[in-house]
Amino acid sequence: MAGRFIEVEDLGKQYEAAAPGTPPALQSVSLAIDAGEFVAVMGPSGSGKSTFMNLVGLLDAPTSGAYRLDGRNVAGLSPDEAAHLRNLVFGFVFQGFNLLKRITAAENVALPMVYAGLPGAERRRRALELLDKVGLAPYADSMPNRLSGGQQQRVAIARALANRPRLILADEPTGNLDTRTSREIMDLFAALNRETGVTILLVTHEQDIAQYAKRLIRFKDGRVVHDGAVVHEEALA
Amino acid sequence: MSPFTIVREAARSLGANKLRTGLTMLGMVIGVAAVVLMLAVGTGAQNQVNRAVSSMGSNLLVILSGSTSAGTLRFGSGNAPTLTTGDAEAIARLPDVQAVAPTFPGGGQVAYGVNNWATQVLGVTPEYTSVRDWPVDAGDAISETDVRSATRVALLGATVVEKLFDTEDPVGKTIRIRGQPFQVLGVLKKKGQSLDGRDQDDSILVPITTAQAKLFGNRFPGTVRFIFVQAVSQEATAAAENDITLLLRQRHRIQPDAEDDFTVRNLTQVAEAASATARILSLMLGAIGSISLLVGGIGIMNIMLVSVTERTREIGIRMAIGARQRDVLMQFLLEALMICIVGGLIGIAIGVAGALVIGKAMQIEVAFSAWVMLVAFAVSAATGIFFGFWPARRAASLRPVEALRHE
Repeated sequence: MAGRFIEVEDLGKQYEAAAPGTPPALQSVSLAIDAGEFVAVMGPSGSGKSTFMNLVGLLDAPTSGAYRLDGRNVAGLSPDEAAHLRNLVFGFVFQGFNLLKRITAAENVALPMVYAGLPGAERRRRALELLDKVGLAPYADSMPNRLSGGQQQRVAIARALANRPRLILADEPTGNLDTRTSREIMDLFAALNRETGVTILLVTHEQDIAQYAKRLIRFKDGRVVHDGAVVHEEALA
Repeated sequence: MSPFTIVREAARSLGANKLRTGLTMLGMVIGVAAVVLMLAVGTGAQNQVNRAVSSMGSNLLVILSGSTSAGTLRFGSGNAPTLTTGDAEAIARLPDVQAVAPTFPGGGQVAYGVNNWATQVLGVTPEYTSVRDWPVDAGDAISETDVRSATRVALLGATVVEKLFDTEDPVGKTIRIRGQPFQVLGVLKKKGQSLDGRDQDDSILVPITTAQAKLFGNRFPGTVRFIFVQAVSQEATAAAENDITLLLRQRHRIQPDAEDDFTVRNLTQVAEAASATARILSLMLGAIGSISLLVGGIGIMNIMLVSVTERTREIGIRMAIGARQRDVLMQFLLEALMICIVGGLIGIAIGVAGALVIGKAMQIEVAFSAWVMLVAFAVSAATGIFFGFWPARRAASLRPVEALRHE
């Protein structure tokens, strides 16, 4: 039986460097996410939301529990197997953009394709296509530091889309942006989710950013305290 | 990733940070250039001395006649008419002696056509050319017959040929030495400078009898000014020196308490001293070069450590978007390799160019050795690659989330 897209069971993470006696960063989290969902993850700092995100994105390994992707256990993958999945199945968008500073926007977007083994001409073509999609076609050959924060985050989104991922993991993507730019970025995420059906897992601590999602998961002290549909403000009013 | 892509990515990464790349390369360039330059100068000096030493002839002793005095004036060694061709013949029969070459030197103006030149003229026997290791390049050598009948024939040194004959072949031509006609028998091979810097090619050889009787006149017939003696081997030179002293004291009837009326000099000792000096010079320059290489290596080490640590976050980003550990390692290894190869080649080029310029400016010989370049190159490259690779390996073995958190 093919499992659901993402399924975690009893997932836990205890940092080795943590002082003895501190509760685990994440404990017995069990939930599932289906393809095409747009999920917001909220919670105060230290609630475990970023830890959860890193575990789902295979940037870190859990200390307990199971993590199944398409029914396949991926909790104990080798670093190279994890890299392979990050490259082809996931796309990451970070709060601090995390672009390589010394190469152009287009080269940044093409980088995941380099590791996927795509030929150079193909990489360039697709990078330009993606930059066009996020509205940055004229800036393809600009260095990241010549771009505004919102533009850099668009480059990062284009990079996340490079290998047609099935899941985009966005960790506070609007944390460094002003309100207007944040809206534009969130509109872009919403459009991507609607039009391409890509699953989006969004970590944020801002209520109005979470409003863009369809489902909301709240963390507190390393545990899930709420999991349900997003209640839209208009509905509340 | 295909190998080509990896190389391209590494090159792009190096090109993207020119300052860091340049600084890293600088250590490599300085280290390699210093070693190549220092050793080129050192080896060149050593070669120059060695050639001068071997141009002297091997296992050589020279016997000078004693000093002489006129009234209260005392003249130096080589002036008293105490050595004779008879002495030379007697020495030649000693067991440790291979060959002797009695010599009667003088000077004079030589002329050919419109050219003339003042040079040294040496009266010699046929053995001279072999004892002094100075073969005839063209034409014939001086023969026993020439010596016996005191013929007016001459062998010309390379410098004399150059001064008297423009493009003509000198062999068979007639030149004038102190106004007397001499037929040119042959031309001597170029010999170069002596240890004291004299141009040895600025001389003419004539039969010793001709020099004694016809060219310079000789108040004491049969005397010579000095005798070159070649011992049978390097080890035999000391024994030969001893035997010669005893023999000559006996022949010259010198009382046991009286001083020698001649001087025997062992030229192999002079040669050894000169070689040792050159060797020490070469070693010292080599040591200075090695220190530069060490300092350069430490420079490479530091900048590599800093630059890779500084790039931990970049490594994290690359791993997050799909780089495998191998991809990261290959990239850093290649970057280090490229820096080292390019830096090493520039270093060799600068070292060679610098040595050539110094050689030209200071009129000294420089010599290059591929072996030295290779070692300097290998040491720097090994340093660069190790210190570029090792921290990258450490970073690549981090979990991506840790590398990403690095500021």
